[in-house]
Amino acid sequence: MSQRRSSRAAKRRPRAPVFAALGDEVRLSLIAKLCAGRPYSISQLTQGTGLTRQAITKHLRVLESVGIVHGVPRGRESLFEFDPKPMEETKKYLNFVSEQWDQALSRLKSFLED
Amino acid sequence: MNDRIEKRIELKAPVSRVWRALTDYREFGQWFRVELDGPFVPGEVSRGHITHPGYEHVKWEAVVEKMEPEQLFSFTWPHPKSLDKVDIAVDYSQEPKTLVEFRLQKTATGTLLLVTESGFDQLPGDRRLEAFRRNEGGWTQQMKNIENHVAAS
Repeated sequence: MSQRRSSRAAKRRPRAPVFAALGDEVRLSLIAKLCAGRPYSISQLTQGTGLTRQAITKHLRVLESVGIVHGVPRGRESLFEFDPKPMEETKKYLNFVSEQWDQALSRLKSFLED
Repeated sequence: MNDRIEKRIELKAPVSRVWRALTDYREFGQWFRVELDGPFVPGEVSRGHITHPGYEHVKWEAVVEKMEPEQLFSFTWPHPKSLDKVDIAVDYSQEPKTLVEFRLQKTATGTLLLVTESGFDQLPGDRRLEAFRRNEGGWTQQMKNIENHVAAS
């Protein structure tokens, strides 16, 4: 149970908004572009999407609100950058649940065999 | 592929004994560390509270799905956003739920128990999130998967 405290800390940030923010094809494609690692400008992200700058900006704001991307000021315009942390937390959550099962099943084993 | 958790464990006890440890609410409560109000009944809500030290404030609320004697026991249960005392939800009905299935198989030495918990991809948002959860390959690969998926759909 020693990992429990840190696992709990990892769980503190609500996950559902991250899931919801990703439940959109435009936003997923933005993430797909941004995850390559370098920051992009809104114009670069708009290019080839068939959407307006305003629409792309709106989607970026949703991603920004759950912490998956953040803006970095560069000259007159803002660049956007991918931040994997919230999604790593999602993965941590699965690991946390998985650990709980390991512990519960080992208790079941002792319960039946001891 | 990793939208689910899968566990398998060999138990040196006959299937009938394992079945009882899983489906008798008092026995289940002992190893799972939950105090349940009453027996499991398919289609009905099972209520109680966690007895695991530090988590006593957490309610247990699950819907029993299937009870096929000595073969399959399953229930759905909520995944609250947080287990912290300060922001634990009073009402679980709006929380995303996953499906837990226990499958039993007779072996030469006892019972093979298979546990799966699935439906993490049903947490609010979208099924495609599954790709984010795959452990292999790192984020860049995951993003490629999503990109391909989005391109294909």
